[in-house]
Amino acid sequence: MPYEAWDESRATAIVEGYRRERGGLMPALHGLMEHFGYVDEGAVPILALAFNLSRAEVHGTITFYRDFRREPPARHTVRVCRAEACQAVGAEDLADHACRSLALDFGETSEDGEVALEQVFCLGNCALSPAVMVDDRLYGKVDADRFDRLMVSTVGEGRP
Amino acid sequence: MSAITVYVPGDAAALSVGADEVADAIIAEAKRRGDEVRIVRNGTRGMLWLEPLVEVATEKGRLGYGAVAPEDVPALFEAGFLAGGDHPSALGPVDAIPYLARQTRLTFGRCGVIDPFDLDDYAAHGGLAGLDKALAMEPRAIVDEVAESGLRGRGGAGFPTGRKWLTVLEAEADEKFICCNADEGDSGTFADRILMEGDPFVLIEGMIIAGLAVGAEHGLIYIRSEYPHAVRAMQRAIRVGYERSLLGTSVRGSDKRFDLAVRVGGGAYICGEETSMLESLEGKRGVIRAKPPLPALKGLFGKPTVVNNLLSFASVPVILAEGGDFYRDFGLGRSRGTQAFQLAGNIARGGLVEMAFGVTLRELIEDFGGGTRSGRPVRAVQAGGPLGAYLPESQFDLPMDYEAFAAAGAMVGHGGIVVFDDSVDMAKQARFAMEFCAEESCGKCTPCRIGAVRGVEVIDRIIAGEERAKNLVVLDDLCELMIDGSLCAMGGLTPMPVRSAVRHFPEDFDRPAAAQAAE
Ligand SMILES: Cc1cc2nc3c(=O)[nH]c(=O)nc-3n(C[C@H](O)[C@H](O)[C@H](O)COP(=O)(O)O)c2cc1C
Ligand code: SF4
Ligand code: FES
Repeated sequence: MPYEAWDESRATAIVEGYRRERGGLMPALHGLMEHFGYVDEGAVPILALAFNLSRAEVHGTITFYRDFRREPPARHTVRVCRAEACQAVGAEDLADHACRSLALDFGETSEDGEVALEQVFCLGNCALSPAVMVDDRLYGKVDADRFDRLMVSTVGEGRP
Repeated sequence: MSAITVYVPGDAAALSVGADEVADAIIAEAKRRGDEVRIVRNGTRGMLWLEPLVEVATEKGRLGYGAVAPEDVPALFEAGFLAGGDHPSALGPVDAIPYLARQTRLTFGRCGVIDPFDLDDYAAHGGLAGLDKALAMEPRAIVDEVAESGLRGRGGAGFPTGRKWLTVLEAEADEKFICCNADEGDSGTFADRILMEGDPFVLIEGMIIAGLAVGAEHGLIYIRSEYPHAVRAMQRAIRVGYERSLLGTSVRGSDKRFDLAVRVGGGAYICGEETSMLESLEGKRGVIRAKPPLPALKGLFGKPTVVNNLLSFASVPVILAEGGDFYRDFGLGRSRGTQAFQLAGNIARGGLVEMAFGVTLRELIEDFGGGTRSGRPVRAVQAGGPLGAYLPESQFDLPMDYEAFAAAGAMVGHGGIVVFDDSVDMAKQARFAMEFCAEESCGKCTPCRIGAVRGVEVIDRIIAGEERAKNLVVLDDLCELMIDGSLCAMGGLTPMPVRSAVRHFPEDFDRPAAAQAAE
């Protein structure tokens, strides 16, 4: 997914769009995520000003939620579900396989910035488990083979 | 010949196994052959093991084919499926498939049947009848109808919805809110998601009725960020709602106003707890608020607020349309109406089963679910999400009923049922329950935040065979402490899966360490 590079005036304009919404901080953060793929440290004072909050309050909200990444993202994010309904059909084996084949641990990004591997607890696809999400797309009944094919078709050739 | 209507679900679960590719293949093949087809992207019928489930509208009714792979499409055309021709994937009339025919679809009746974003299709299938009635009623009469139905909150705690609405109705305030909890974080649950993607107007209708009942003009739907597809579906339906005057300054031409918007979570399970959700909606950290005050009195921005689970709201239109007594006639004991049970995990026929309360676990797992997907014996089910109990086969005759489950040390919760076969290691599952709590705790109270971390350590020692008897006592004490000292049900209920695993599957906590290492 192509993201724009961090740009302060662009960020200010995005935040402005949410300023009048009550409790608009969360939507504003999602708005920044959509454009830049992460929330730059430079967004904190912009958000504080827009929502009449202290910087500490803004920082507190950003750090509470795992969604709000504070570093530029990988080009692709692979999320493997590790919750119970997926565990029941081999999610742990799939998780091991994913780590091995991408040569990453959960929470890590490849050195070339192409792919990040994350764990997630339930994607709402628990009847067609194990489930995986690549960027915004959901996949079901993912075994090791299907995972590898998926990586080739989404993350790209030569990977893993 | 006019175009033949072919339904290919646009539900995220169907997409996860190739529904888009199937739709594309059908369009391409029809073009190649010069057949005229009209593709409708419906929601799922909830028979998820059959997805992608393609349906063709024929004079014999809607005939199903599933699970269809894109490669099957040319053969389907060859078999004349546009006229209901036979093919190995043919399922016959979809409504007659026993899995569906045996259900009581009060809330999910339109899901998978209609085009989710076509308000006329919605109205043609009974939609808006409840709202139109409510628009002609006094607020108190709407609340009474909901109370009469016996509806209890479908988010987990089972609190009477009518009573909650009455509190909000009677609260004096310049402003009130309706908040829909669509955080659906429980593993093994997907009913909220399926409804948002398959029949979003029923939620909108239910929330507007709630607004009329308590005197609120603003609604928010809090959807977890793990559901990007549902977020888009809901946003699209809301846009249609505004265009067609279902929402906005004049609801269906009346003098009533209702505004509705979607808010997206931040990837925190705890934000499914209602006060944490309200904090999040205010733009804050999702730390639990102490109760009282109840959200009904001091909720969003300190104003009286109805917080209900998505399925609670979605049950309201039929209650208004058919009457509270109609709904009340389904069910068992104090559990009235229907619940959307969700069969998940190691299950042959996973999906959504809407049944009146009183159906047993065994009927759900065996008759509907067809046992495990692996073909091995069922050993355990976890009912009611990650904070729910693990139950052995000997408990499968429990009827689905809030009180019966509570008496058995379990909970119905949001209706999720996760099945495990005999390869499951229950000590590992107990460990995971603690690990999950440690990971997702909001951090406000020590018994939850630290207790869960300690719980993982103690279970690790038990698994390793270190002073088992003593550590099982330590674990039990720790559970007691979490139950007594936690502010909310995250810490307070995590002991439920842990203790039920120890109680029903003691052998898994007493295996020689050497035997485990050798496995
Ligand atoms: C840790 C935790 C997570 C919860 N998650 C959800 C959820 O995802 N969806 C939901 O509707 N209720 C959830 N609840 C229950 C809510 O706090 C609340 O009871 C519910 O939204 C009220 O609506 P209802 O009366 O319609 O069930 C959760 C509770 C706890 C303690
Ligand atoms: S029990 Fe856990 S999640 Fe609930 S308030 Fe306490 S620390 Fe937060
Ligand atoms: S538990 Fe993995 S998708 Fe729900």
